Amino acid sequence: MHDVLKVNMMANIHDENDHIAAHTNEDLTDRQIYVINVMGAPGVGKTTTLKNIIRNMKGLKPYVIEGDIESDIDTRDLRSLGIDTFQINTFGACHLDAPMIHNQVQSIKFGEKGVLFIENIGNLVCPAEFSIGEHCKMLISTVTEGSDKPYKYPLAFEKADVIILNKTDLLPYLDFDEEFYRKGVRALNKEVPVFKVSGKTGEGFAEVAAWIQKKAEEAKAVHHHHHRDEDTGYHHHDHDTAHTHD
Amino acid sequence: MHEFPITQQIIKLAEEHATELCASRIKSIKLVVGDYSGFVGDSIQMYFDVISQGTLCEGAVIEIEHVTPKMKCTGCGELFEREFLSFACPKCGSDGEPTEIGKEFYIESIEIER
Repeated sequence: MHDVLKVNMMANIHDENDHIAAHTNEDLTDRQIYVINVMGAPGVGKTTTLKNIIRNMKGLKPYVIEGDIESDIDTRDLRSLGIDTFQINTFGACHLDAPMIHNQVQSIKFGEKGVLFIENIGNLVCPAEFSIGEHCKMLISTVTEGSDKPYKYPLAFEKADVIILNKTDLLPYLDFDEEFYRKGVRALNKEVPVFKVSGKTGEGFAEVAAWIQKKAEEAKAVHHHHHRDEDTGYHHHDHDTAHTHD
Repeated sequence: MHEFPITQQIIKLAEEHATELCASRIKSIKLVVGDYSGFVGDSIQMYFDVISQGTLCEGAVIEIEHVTPKMKCTGCGELFEREFLSFACPKCGSDGEPTEIGKEFYIESIEIER
């Protein structure tokens, strides 16, 4: 007879992905690169949003990783504007994961400090579940999708560090219930800033770019602070710095 | 389709653990899967049957314990399952906030033969 034994494992299946993501994050923080994971459904204007933000950024070099199931149309578009852009094609996979980004980042030469935007696969579900090494998750949402989206896709709204509400130039033509939308967002995510923008007119992006620059500087401040704290043995203070909002 | 790499990961973790315990085969794997984890039990089983061939996991049964997501009321503290298109607490009507209940995704235990 075989000896049958039940053994407890309690092993988190995400650990490996999260471990690699943490490594990427540390590496890029050291190189003074602030990483933004850009998420949103297909057609919400992720690439258009990036172009508008980058146009408004001052003093920080933009880098972009474009995640798409197929094609490099957005990469060519961004490169034509002189933006350092790198393509990942997943050929079917519905999200980017930490190993994919880790491999890609190895081959990028970050000549100067800046912001790395990683445009995830157009999908309002899976990207929210996987860390890829980002400092910040940016969710692009639109008034054309309808005001019920926080209720239907709660995880994406819960995990977002910043929400961009795009296509607001179309509000006069739509029945978007902004109060219902904001109530849903607030229930899921008390503090998240929501920026109203229009990719068509360019309105609202200066504020988004300013927010990113502030966060990028804070992340670096926290990082440097952290090193100093390690020397002195104090850890409580960088926590305060990390959570300073305007 | 994103269950494929995660199923590989489950097999890898279970095999590593079973090897340490000098197991000859794994009879069953118990997973705890929250409905908000984003993983579908049936898909995991389907990939598992294919990928586990030739490993200690071949022929193992996957048992899945599902966890229904719960919100916590910001008014009265009640844990509740939300209704569609609402986050309101059924007891007091205040909005709930997200909790970790329903996001679980881990291997609870394995049954091994030696």
